[in-house]
Amino acid sequence: MTDSSPCSNNSPPVLKIEELAVSYKVRGGEVDAVQNVTFEICRGETFGVVGESGCGKSTVAWSIVNFLGANGYVKHGSIKFQGQELVGKKGEELRRLRGDQIAMVYQDPMQALNPSMRLGEQMKEVLTVHRGLSEAEAEQHSIEMLGRVYMPDPADVMRRFPHQISGGQQQRVVIAMALLNNPALLIMDEPTTALDVTVEAAVLDLIAELRHDFDTAILYITHNLGVVARVCNRVGVMYAGEMVEKATVEEIYRQPQHPYTQGLMRCVPRLGSDKHESVLYPIRGRVPRPSNRPNGCIYHPRCDYTQDLCIQKRPQLRLLPNGSWVRCHFAEEIDFRNWQPAEEIHIPQSVQSPAADAEPILEVQNLQKYYPVKGNSLRDVIGMGEKLHVKAVEDVSLQVPRGKTLGVVGESGCGKSTLVKTIIGLEEPTSGKVIFQGFDISNELSERKLELVKELQMVFQNPDSTMNPSYTVGQQIGRPMEHFQTVPKKHIRVEVLKLLEAMRLGPGYYDRLPRQLSGGEKQRVGIARALASHPDLVLCDEPVSALDVSVQAAILNLLMEIQANFGTTLVFIAHDLSVVRFFSDYVAVMYLGQIMEYGPADAIYTPPYHPYTEALLSAVPIPDPSAAQKHIRLQGSVPSALKPPSGCRFHTRCHRRELLADGGKICAEQTPPWRKWEHGHQIFCHLPAEILESFDPVITTTSQSGV
Amino acid sequence: MALGERTFPPAAAQPGTLQRFWNSFSIIFNSKVGTLGLAMVLFWILIAFMSLFWVPYEPNANLFVQNLPPNAQNWLGTDHLGRDIASRLMTGTQVILLKTRLPGGNVSIPGGVALWGVFGSLAMGVLLGLNAGYRGGWADQIIMQVLDALIAFPQIVLYLVVIAALGQGDLVVILAIAITGAPGVARLARSLAMDIKTRDYIRAAETRGESVWFIMFREILPNARGPLLVDAMLRVGYAIFAIGTLGFLGLGLPPPDPDWGTMVNEARKNIFTNASAVIVPSVAIASLVIGLNLFADGLREELSRYQK
Repeated sequence: MTDSSPCSNNSPPVLKIEELAVSYKVRGGEVDAVQNVTFEICRGETFGVVGESGCGKSTVAWSIVNFLGANGYVKHGSIKFQGQELVGKKGEELRRLRGDQIAMVYQDPMQALNPSMRLGEQMKEVLTVHRGLSEAEAEQHSIEMLGRVYMPDPADVMRRFPHQISGGQQQRVVIAMALLNNPALLIMDEPTTALDVTVEAAVLDLIAELRHDFDTAILYITHNLGVVARVCNRVGVMYAGEMVEKATVEEIYRQPQHPYTQGLMRCVPRLGSDKHESVLYPIRGRVPRPSNRPNGCIYHPRCDYTQDLCIQKRPQLRLLPNGSWVRCHFAEEIDFRNWQPAEEIHIPQSVQSPAADAEPILEVQNLQKYYPVKGNSLRDVIGMGEKLHVKAVEDVSLQVPRGKTLGVVGESGCGKSTLVKTIIGLEEPTSGKVIFQGFDISNELSERKLELVKELQMVFQNPDSTMNPSYTVGQQIGRPMEHFQTVPKKHIRVEVLKLLEAMRLGPGYYDRLPRQLSGGEKQRVGIARALASHPDLVLCDEPVSALDVSVQAAILNLLMEIQANFGTTLVFIAHDLSVVRFFSDYVAVMYLGQIMEYGPADAIYTPPYHPYTEALLSAVPIPDPSAAQKHIRLQGSVPSALKPPSGCRFHTRCHRRELLADGGKICAEQTPPWRKWEHGHQIFCHLPAEILESFDPVITTTSQSGV
Repeated sequence: MALGERTFPPAAAQPGTLQRFWNSFSIIFNSKVGTLGLAMVLFWILIAFMSLFWVPYEPNANLFVQNLPPNAQNWLGTDHLGRDIASRLMTGTQVILLKTRLPGGNVSIPGGVALWGVFGSLAMGVLLGLNAGYRGGWADQIIMQVLDALIAFPQIVLYLVVIAALGQGDLVVILAIAITGAPGVARLARSLAMDIKTRDYIRAAETRGESVWFIMFREILPNARGPLLVDAMLRVGYAIFAIGTLGFLGLGLPPPDPDWGTMVNEARKNIFTNASAVIVPSVAIASLVIGLNLFADGLREELSRYQK
């Protein structure tokens, strides 16, 4: 495929990939991971590759630097880097090139840094080995570069070990290291996926800024449409190993051409939308496995516009008048604004909007959970040392009304999971009370009555570990029925099948083993298992955060339907604010073990805000380049829960402290009061209610996009 | 079809247990080393079954001239009492692999001494290891300290202690093998349990209020069986070795049935006149142990490989 270089000023592209196909050899044959991928990246440009897991995004990146492992190889196609062909290059030559001109940043910074070497040594090595600089010069350069990525006190960081800095800082060091050699191409493979939103926002700012300053070409791989909108110029959408659409960021969001891209846009909840006024449309079916990809258009089994031609002939990537490239026969005829959901897509009826003050089914009163920590000094060993505690949950009080959904949001380490684990009894509270349906359940799980245990069930985060690999779906769903004796033994099978039907899984799933299921299916079975005893309250610990967006939409719809049918109360933990907003009736925002703000979902996302909520909202990547968002970046990292700050725990990072007298001296000294509004909306802050109310909304959407 | 990801047609009728077993077992043929090991093991199993029905001569009868080298009549020669070595070698497989003689009388139960010994160490080790690994804390401390103390004894000394205390006999050898093997199995089971107990399905079982024993044996054990089985395979090899060692020390399986270790021990006095009487049973022990080791290695390699 020839095309005129999309690069401005007619400079040749830094990276040009043509008709790339990559395969892995596995037991019993080959897996074609990637086929027909063509794109190029220019100087100073960020090219985003998006797609769901298993679509071959990372394989493309690895093939560029030949990190395909012992069993992977480039089947055909070419990878040209600054005019040089990389396919077939081996050994020393490639190693030189990788070190000198191509740099890579991975998802987990802890694995990219050598834990037993000082950061300075690792950084200097890049320069002394590849550029032949002297130690002193290398030191000088490294410190400058660390300053460049806004590391506080670079000279000190040089002397530290990786574990002595936070995750966000580690990723900064990795980025600084990647930029030391001034590479022509920087490959970033989900560099912010493992980070919290507030940290992610700062790293994304940094990446966007560096692109301008260093004139580097960046290949940016991510699954998050919001991140793409923030950092990329052009985007390639990958599906099942092929690139199905390639366009500028503005075009992709304004006018997605490929039905798959359109589907992706429809299944992400927009920040600010909720379940009463909008609907998520999951894409039906699932990504085919590499071994049984369909003939014709690879997307046709899941497409709403399939015609005979799609089944017969595989479309080519072709240029449309608006400058987008798309792999679809009928792109011109499809107007995604006129899209109607296919009939078989099941849209749940949303539950009625929160009735005023239903009786609480669960009441948490001043709950505390401390974990003791062992010190390392001799005094600690003989038991004389000061007792240290991780204060995971501190003085949390909340109520969950019957039949409603409470969303709990916060960054990692803020105590969300500990809170639900303590409620359900996996951890014993240090103090405080949990009252469930009028019974005190602050004791251990083994001491509770079985009738009470069965009313309180949990859905877990990781689909791969939520099911026991040794038992079939039917056995696992049937076990709670057998254990709680809710169903006579001979009727269990019928009941399980009914439940499977409610999860939209057919009877064929009864005898399947977990390894034969996809992530979304496993999560459905996990939900079915939790519901098998007909509990009144289900605690969901990030049930969708490990899933792809299209599957996530289906699971959210399923949970909503269950709530409507069974009247189940849900406590829903998530770190994704758009999902929580969409899904919950009430929201609690947690920071360092304390609730900072609590109230009805719509009240949380509009002023008045707690300053922390405001910062969180402004950090969320929004999949809409036209939306304007306030720019608030929190300073520093979350303090240790061993010694949380005095007064208001957020005061060390609060950007609104200056609004108070003496620069917010009171915040460091006194526990803030609860400021209260109507409908139970309350904020834990020293700022007076009038000031909190005067904040501007964080997000203003200028154009109403059609989705 | 509705609501996402349900284009997958329900799986065809599930294959039978036997078929499933064969499917998972046949992966061993992908590994050359594993196949070779399997062949060596099968050879001896075949010999063992054959010896039940037919051996060239009566193994315990002194029918021939003493210390004959291999010849047309006695394929592997004769020993110092004029017994046919080939027949004794074949019969010697029975006590290892096929039968255990109970004390008092001629009653035998199926399953050789090596197999029962390994089964015993597996049972003891899994019980202790799962308790240590899943419960953690004090239970873990106590169990592992005791087992570590046991490991600190040289194995031969342990064998001697057990046999000196309980006297000779098949069951005593089984007990000796089981006790010396249990700490190793327990360590493995403990580490597997500690890994598996962090999974969410264990949390799910706990939130259901399942008993500790249910969680250990129904939720954790089935997922630990792969590594435990491979380990057990290796242990059968060690057990055969141990039986050989005990036989060589004169403490092994009691007569009249021939046993490889005892054969080596008895023939050693005449090693300069009749080397084959020592070499043949030694090679038999070595080949069976090596076969089991190769088989276990191949199995482990194939089990841990990525599957399409």
